[in-house]
Amino acid sequence: MWKKFRESYFLYSFLRDPVAVGSFLILLVLVLLALFAPLLATQNPYDGSAIDILDAEIAPRWISHGKFIFGTDVQGRDIWSTILYGARVSLLIGLGAVALQAVLGIVVGLVSGYKGGKIDSILMRITDVQLSFSSYMVAIFFGAILQTAVGVGGYADIALPFLVFVIGISEWPQYARTVRASVLAEKKKEYVEAARVIGLKPTRIMWRHILPNTLTPVLVISTVQVANAVMSEAALSFLGLGMPANQPSLGSLIKSGFTYVLSGSWWITLFPGLVLVLLVLSINLLGDWLRDFLNPKLYKD
Amino acid sequence: MDTLLDVRNLTVKFALRDSALTAVNNVSFTLNRGERLGLVGESGAGKSVTGFSIINLVSKPGFIADGSVWFDGRDLATLSQEEMRKVRGNRISMIFQDPMMTLNPVLTIGTQMVETVLAHRNVSKAEAEAIAMDKLRKVYINSPEKRLKQYPHEFSGGMRQRIVIAIALLTDPALIIADEPTTALDVTIQAEIMDLLLELCRTEDMGLILITHDLGVVSQVTQKVAVMYAGSIVELGETEQVCSNPQHPYTRGLIAALPEAATGSRLNQIPGSMPNLAEIPVGCAFNNRCELGKGACFTTVPQLERKQSGVFAACHELE
Amino acid sequence: MGKTPLLHIQNVVKHFDISGGLLDQLAFSGGKIVRNRSVVHAVNNVSLDIMEGETLSVVGESGCGKSTLARVVIGLYPPTAGEIHYRGQRMDNLQGTARRPFRTKAQMVFQDPYASLNPRMRVRQILEEPVRFHKPELSGDQVREKIAEVMDQVGINPVWAERYPHEFSGGQRQRISIARALVLDPEFIVADEPISALDVSIQAQVLNLMMDLQEQRNLTYLFISHDLSVVEHISDRVAVLYLGTLCELATSEELFENPRHPYTKALLSAIPRIGKGFQHIKLSGDVPTPIKLPTGCVFHGRCPNANDRCRQEVPVARTLESGSVVACHGVEEGRI
Repeated sequence: MWKKFRESYFLYSFLRDPVAVGSFLILLVLVLLALFAPLLATQNPYDGSAIDILDAEIAPRWISHGKFIFGTDVQGRDIWSTILYGARVSLLIGLGAVALQAVLGIVVGLVSGYKGGKIDSILMRITDVQLSFSSYMVAIFFGAILQTAVGVGGYADIALPFLVFVIGISEWPQYARTVRASVLAEKKKEYVEAARVIGLKPTRIMWRHILPNTLTPVLVISTVQVANAVMSEAALSFLGLGMPANQPSLGSLIKSGFTYVLSGSWWITLFPGLVLVLLVLSINLLGDWLRDFLNPKLYKD
Repeated sequence: MDTLLDVRNLTVKFALRDSALTAVNNVSFTLNRGERLGLVGESGAGKSVTGFSIINLVSKPGFIADGSVWFDGRDLATLSQEEMRKVRGNRISMIFQDPMMTLNPVLTIGTQMVETVLAHRNVSKAEAEAIAMDKLRKVYINSPEKRLKQYPHEFSGGMRQRIVIAIALLTDPALIIADEPTTALDVTIQAEIMDLLLELCRTEDMGLILITHDLGVVSQVTQKVAVMYAGSIVELGETEQVCSNPQHPYTRGLIAALPEAATGSRLNQIPGSMPNLAEIPVGCAFNNRCELGKGACFTTVPQLERKQSGVFAACHELE
Repeated sequence: MGKTPLLHIQNVVKHFDISGGLLDQLAFSGGKIVRNRSVVHAVNNVSLDIMEGETLSVVGESGCGKSTLARVVIGLYPPTAGEIHYRGQRMDNLQGTARRPFRTKAQMVFQDPYASLNPRMRVRQILEEPVRFHKPELSGDQVREKIAEVMDQVGINPVWAERYPHEFSGGQRQRISIARALVLDPEFIVADEPISALDVSIQAQVLNLMMDLQEQRNLTYLFISHDLSVVEHISDRVAVLYLGTLCELATSEELFENPRHPYTKALLSAIPRIGKGFQHIKLSGDVPTPIKLPTGCVFHGRCPNANDRCRQEVPVARTLESGSVVACHGVEEGRI
C-alpha cells in the first residue's frame, strides 16, 4: 500500500509543484500546532487563574524582552497561547461546518439529480432560495434570536456548535449543485443502466454506484469550503456574532486587538491575523493544486 | 511521377517522467503528386500521430525525435512554428473525425471560410467569398450564398463534414490528411463522403493520406496502403495487392478477422491484443501474437523490406 | 411457425418528451400564447417475434431507434404504447418483485466497455452484485465459485477478480461485461452494439465468444448493430429500422441476397468491403429528425422510387412469398 503510494502519479505531481508542497507544509505545521496546543502553549487562555492582568499589553519579546514571545493582549493573555487555542477553534468550526454542508448537500444533490422531475425542481428551488441569503444574514438572524433566548452567558456555552450549524446550513447549496451536476452526468452512463437491468433499488444505485463516482469534485470544493468556513467564522467573530472573548477563535482575537491597533498595541491583532491569512491561503493553494491534478483535461493524452 | 511527400525514418516519442515512449517508430513512406495513401491500424497503432507529425502538430509531451518530412523541397520537421503555419492549412490541409474540431460553433460558415482564405491569400473580402462559394459548390452544397450565413449547428453531421472538406479545399492544397473522416458517420453518409473525397482528389490532383481503422474504406479509396502496428509500418504496398494477398502475419490476421472473410461460423481471430506503448516486446512487436514467431523475431527488430510478392513487409519469416 | 416465441413485441411505440418544463413549452405565436411540445418519435409501431435460440439483429443508422428498442425490451424504458410478452406472459406492465423472474432471465450487454463497468468497483464486486441480489440464499463460497466459473468461460482469468476495470483492455472489459450478464444464467441477452467500440482483431474475439456462449448455453440474442457485415455473419434473422419504423425483416440469407426495401438496398450497397468496387446507391438528402416525422412512408424523402402514395399513406408491413416482411408501397405494388 505504502509502496503503491510512493510510486503513484499523485505523489509525483505533488512533489513537482513547489507551491503545493509549501502550502502543505505550512498547513501541516498549523494543524499540528492547533492539535497539540495544550502541550505547546505557555498558559491556558481559558483558565482565568493563569492570567495576570498586570501582564496586559506587553510587546513581543524582541521589543520588550519580556517572557511572552508574541506579547500579550489587554487581559494579559499570552498571544502565542491564544493563537494556538484560537486556531484550534477556527479549524474545528471550519471542518465541522464543512462536514455538515457536505452531508446536507450530497443527500440533496444525489436525490435531486437521480430522481429528476418534480423532486428535482423542488429541491433545486430550495437551494436557490438558500443561496440568496448570505451566511452572515443567517448568522445574524439566528444569533440574535439565540442570544435573547438563552442570554449572553448561555450563548457562550453553545457558541461553537451554533457556528458550525449556521455556517453549515448556509453553504450546503454549493455541494448540492456540484453533486447534482455530476450525478446527472454519471446517471447517463451505461454502468447505471446495467445496475437497473439487474433490478437494484434506486437507493442502492444512488449510494453504491453513483455516489462514489461523484466524490472527486466534492473533494475539490471541500478544500475551498473549509477555507471559506474558516473565513466566515472569523468574519462573524469579528462582528461580535461568533465566539465569545473568553473562548477566542482567530476572528475574535483579531477583533479583541483591533481597538488597540492605533494606540500602539499592534501585535494583538497582527499575529492572529497573519495566522488566519496563512491558514486560509495554504488551504486554498492546496485546493487549487488538487483541482488541477484531478481535472482530467489537464493530464490526459 | 514526382514525389510530393517523402517521410524518412520518422520517430515520434512521448516524454514521460524519466523515460520516453515511442509512439511512431522509424516510419518511412513516400507519396506522389495526386496519389492516395491509406494509413491503417487499430487504435494505438500510431497512425494518427504519424499524420499529425507530418504537419508538426504533435501535442506535448510528444515530440519528433528523429527523421525528416520532405515536402516542397523543405524538411517540415525542422521548420519553425511560424513557417509551419504557412504550410499548414495552405499547402497541406487536415480533416478531422469530428467536424466541430474545425468549425467554430459561434461563427457563421462564411466568416470562417473567408477568414481562412484571407489568412493565406492576398485577396479582397469579396473575392474570398467567391472562392468560398466555389468550394461549397464543389462539395455539392446547394445555394452556397445562403449557406455562408448559417452556423455549424444548422447543418447535419454529413453536411458539416462536407463543409470541413470545402474549408480544406479553400487554399487548393497539394495534400489532404484526413484522420478518420467518416468514423462518426453512418454508412450511407460515409459512402457519400468517400465518394466526394475520391472525386476531388482526381479532379484537383490532390494527394490524400487517409487515416482509418477500416480496411474496407481503404480498399475502395486509396492506391497505396501502409499497415501500422504498435508504432511501426509492418506492411506497405499497392492497396489491391495488400488486400488481396496480404503478406505480414498481422495484415493477414486482420483481413481474415473480418466477418466477410469467415468461411465457417467462427471468425478467424488474432489471439491477444496490441501491446500498449510501454510494453512493446523486444524484437518484432507482433511476436507474442504471431504464429510464425521464431528465434530472430524475439531478438531483432525486422526492417521493412521488399518481399517476393512485391509489397514491403517487416517480417523475418517472409521471403 | 406455430411455436410461442420467446419474446413477442407487439406494436411498440416509444416517444420521448423533450420539451422541458412548462415555462419552456410556452411560446408566443400569432398574437397568442401557445404551448409547444416537442416529442421524439424514437420507436414507431414496431412488431417483432424472437424465437428461442435464435439471433435476431436490428440494424439501422444512428437515430433510427434501435438502441431505444433494446432498452424498451429489457425494461429500462417503459413503452409509450404496445405490449411485450415473454414466453406468452405480458412483461411491460410489471414492476418491482413481479418483474424479478424476468430480470434473471433477460440481461443486457452494453456498447461502451469503458462506461458500462463502474470504475470504483472491483471486478469481483461487479460480478457478485447481481448474484447476491437475486440469489441471496447462496453462500459466499457458492457465489465465488459461480463467478470464477463464468470468468473462466468468458476468458478472463479468475485470479484477476480483485482488479479494477481500468486495469483491463477494451476487449477484456467487454468480456467482463458479458460475464456480468451471464452470472444469473439468463436465457435471453440484449446486446446493444457490443463490439462497435472495439478494434477489428478484438471484435472477432468477442463475436466468437458470443457465438460459443450461445451454443453452450442455448442463448437467444437480440443483437443491435450498425455494422452490416457483422450482422450478416452472426444473425439468423435481421430487422432493418429507419426512423423508428420497421422497413424489412427477413432471414439473414434472404436479406443480404435479395433485399427488397429500397432503404435496405441502399444500406447494403454502402458497406465498404475489401475487393469490391465502389458502386453504391446514392440517396438524396439527409435523415429527417425523429421530432417531426415525414408524412406517409418515413423514407419517401430519400427514396429513389417514391411516388404520391408514398408521400401520403403509411405503408403496412406485409409478408412476401419469400417470407420477408417488407413495409413498402413499391414492393407491394410490384414496382420495385
